[in-house]
Amino acid sequence: MRNPFTIASRLLVVVALALVAAACGSDGDDTSAGTAATSAAGATTTTAASEGSDESDASAGTGASAENEGEGPEVEPGSSVAAIRDKGKITIGVKYDVPLFGLKNPTTGDIEGFDIEIGKLITEAIFGDDTKVEFVEAVSKNREPFIQDGKVDLVISTYTINDARKEVVDFAGPYYIAGQDILVNADDDSIKSVDDLNGKKVCSVTGSTSLTNVQEMAPQADVSVVFDKYSLCVEALNDGRVQAVTTDNIILLGFVADSDGELKIVDNAFTEEPYGIGLKKGDTALRDFVNDVLEQSYADGSWKDAFDRTVGQSGQEAPTPPPVDRY
Amino acid sequence: MDVIADNLDSYLGGIAVTLWLSVLSFLLAVAIGVVVATFRVSPLRLARTLGAVYVEVFFSLPLLVWALLFFFGLPKVGIAYPPFTSAVIVLGTFTGALVGEALRSGINTVPSGQGEAARAVGLRFWQVLGLVVLPQALRTMIGPLGSILLALVRNSAVAAIAMSVDDLMWRSDQLATSTAQPVAVLTGTFVAYLILTVPGTWLVNALARRYRFTR
Repeated sequence: MRNPFTIASRLLVVVALALVAAACGSDGDDTSAGTAATSAAGATTTTAASEGSDESDASAGTGASAENEGEGPEVEPGSSVAAIRDKGKITIGVKYDVPLFGLKNPTTGDIEGFDIEIGKLITEAIFGDDTKVEFVEAVSKNREPFIQDGKVDLVISTYTINDARKEVVDFAGPYYIAGQDILVNADDDSIKSVDDLNGKKVCSVTGSTSLTNVQEMAPQADVSVVFDKYSLCVEALNDGRVQAVTTDNIILLGFVADSDGELKIVDNAFTEEPYGIGLKKGDTALRDFVNDVLEQSYADGSWKDAFDRTVGQSGQEAPTPPPVDRY
Repeated sequence: MDVIADNLDSYLGGIAVTLWLSVLSFLLAVAIGVVVATFRVSPLRLARTLGAVYVEVFFSLPLLVWALLFFFGLPKVGIAYPPFTSAVIVLGTFTGALVGEALRSGINTVPSGQGEAARAVGLRFWQVLGLVVLPQALRTMIGPLGSILLALVRNSAVAAIAMSVDDLMWRSDQLATSTAQPVAVLTGTFVAYLILTVPGTWLVNALARRYRFTR
């Protein structure tokens, strides 16, 4: 009988090759080698991308670029927007763990929130069908890399517009103006404003404007506890590791609602946070298109509808939508 | 590469913290490892079982899972250590299993005649272990223990990110995001870890050569 080590190592080489073939094969169409190796190795294919492109090949033909829905903005042939339409779906980075804006429902797996609704409005304008969209999770620190690498076409994830970010990405919108605020335990009365954060432990999220703002406005605040997601910050607050969590008030409200009265918001906003839609730097065609869609939605009431269906569920009144900034 | 030059003090500070974290965790790991190894060679069946269970648990648990469980799970039952302390405990317990197994194999390389002779002379279990067996075992264990230490330095990156410890990996993560230049920053981090591990490897090899012996 052969040396078992030889057999084992040869088997390992075969499995490794199969996995490599699966990884290469699943990037584009479902090649038969790819699927066979995938099922053999038990690995899952990367995204639903391959299934999606099979389906939409049939329907892309009908969404001819000459057709103008009559309501939304026109898609210029040859532009980046037309390229998205030809792809058959649009990929949008959103948050998965922010109540009211981008929250993945653990039972149904659906992602719900105001950002998602805005994404659907844009999808509808491009395809005439708001299901031709794939939402992926874009945590705060991944937003710029995902846009730059083309992993997503747009980022709609409570994404504050600021000059530092404008150096690497472009923004459409804003579509909402929030303010930075502070989340504390319900029985904590020592924190009433951003200045009270000096000397306290404050949690925020990597790559968010909240972090830099606190460092500027409360230099003695202890901002050493930083995580990838807000939900972990709220955990830390519940565990007593930090005394406060800071980010946009509208995000905090969602956490307050989920906390059964354990947490409260200080309600003393100290910055203005205009939420924008992030996209590739220099892509003026897409930016103008999205701005057109937004202005359309302000005029025909779909923006307000989207707001009432999501953020409005917490009792917030829909404000006047902010004018888009075509810089 | 200006990014790295501009933030050199952050890198250096991070190296210092990672070094300190690794050293403390390693000391804890060795302490735990000695206990585990002792249990596993003990004449008492209960001790042998406890030792085996400890090793089995930490050989099955990915470090990241353990770090998250410890940091986010324990506070639910009231125990919440600050990040650095948590990292030391997590890394120390995790690596302790590795050290324990390495020590056990080292003990087993010491000829049983040594143990028998020691008992014949009248030494008790602890004296046999501490005066005769372990000193010989440890001399052969320098190489493997060195590898474990270096693995611990690399693992500290995982623990630091999970628990928000202000070490080299955490700082480079923040830096990569704030400068939007992950490739440049992480290349610098890679070099920083090399600065930590390459001299370590060299030192461990030199020590192993110095203290080796042949039977």
